[in-house]
Amino acid sequence: MVAARPAVETVWQWLSAVLDPEIPVISVVELGIVREVAWREESLVVTVTPTYSGCPATEVISADIEGALRAHGIEQVRIETRLAPAWTTDWLAEPAREKLRAFGIAPPGRRDPPLSPTGPTQRPGRVLDIRSLDAEAAPVCPHCGSAHTRLVSGFGSTPCKSAHVCNDCLEPFERFKCH
Amino acid sequence: MSAVAASTVDASLFALCLRLGDSALILSQRLGAWCGHGPALEEDIALTNTALDLLGQARLWLSLAGEVEGAGRDEDALAYWRDDREFRNLLITEQPNGDYAQTMVRQFLFDAWHRLVLERLGEHHDSRVAAIAAKAHKEVLYHLRRSADWVVRLGDGTEESHARTQATLDLLWPHAGEMFLIDEIDGEGLRADWDAQVDAVLADATLCRPASTWAQQGSGQGRHTEHLSRLLAEMQVVARAHPGAHW
Repeated sequence: MVAARPAVETVWQWLSAVLDPEIPVISVVELGIVREVAWREESLVVTVTPTYSGCPATEVISADIEGALRAHGIEQVRIETRLAPAWTTDWLAEPAREKLRAFGIAPPGRRDPPLSPTGPTQRPGRVLDIRSLDAEAAPVCPHCGSAHTRLVSGFGSTPCKSAHVCNDCLEPFERFKCH
Repeated sequence: MSAVAASTVDASLFALCLRLGDSALILSQRLGAWCGHGPALEEDIALTNTALDLLGQARLWLSLAGEVEGAGRDEDALAYWRDDREFRNLLITEQPNGDYAQTMVRQFLFDAWHRLVLERLGEHHDSRVAAIAAKAHKEVLYHLRRSADWVVRLGDGTEESHARTQATLDLLWPHAGEMFLIDEIDGEGLRADWDAQVDAVLADATLCRPASTWAQQGSGQGRHTEHLSRLLAEMQVVARAHPGAHW
């Protein structure tokens, strides 16, 4: 019998203070990677969905979550990984998009239609023409607000970002890729 | 299900996971060798981002392979403690980096196949396979967009870049056919879809599709080109020199 077993709602609040190590203005909850918090017998199980298969931040995030929960006095914490449905930027919380912009990162566009946070991953249509795979519109510059920007590289400083330049203010910036 | 039938299913699933995991791992290792040597900073980052995605995918496939095998081998045991004859990566993935045309044509031929295979495996009856495939598929679309762009840029570039890209396409072409002869993957329709994708890009790139349909084979039985052993020697040396080491 554990007297002071915190409610999962409380745990969710604690997790809202655990920041993404690569983008330390948004929390792991806002990022949409914490899929479930549940007590299983004496253990608190936090289910996390990875962003990209090879994202090196994944292990840091798990360690940060575990550390934060231990700091709140929870002794038995288990982090479980869930691959399906695959993470999508549609799960990014609305306030997180504004925080990204303020941090200098253009937020991702939305998939149309948006992917369900709980349902199976929607499979994209079979587009065999590779050229038409690239449907994401040019991002708005997070510095000056201009829509006149160009892609420098589809790959940025982390797997989740792409590199762009603003044609008006000439500043380089990154975008959180629509994924 | 009888024990015999069950073990056949497991062997087939194990083989499938090794095919995909080893292919991702070996290509990742090849791309990783570009780190610090890319022709521009953005290219260096893109090559290593792709390598990282493939490494992450390799870890998922090899972990599942170990789980299916049930012999206590984890992803590291499979990556570092098997010899060349036990690797099941596609021959195309172990081909040398060469010049930039060779790296990008190799990537494009593989990406075009990888994307289609993952799309199909997303419907696999084993939910673990389907989950990894669906996740990897999203990442591979970025790889494919980029490698297709480069094939067009190099093929439809200068006289020099065109000639070198055509030469590398001719060189690598015999290794493409093997991708459609995998026991565990239903090749039905795969080749036709791949041809449609590849032909459109080759046309944009003003490159000629090689006429030969002869396919170099062997990786399914562990018969590799001479390049794999040297790649493995470099990839495995630290793990083997210091077994069980942690840092």
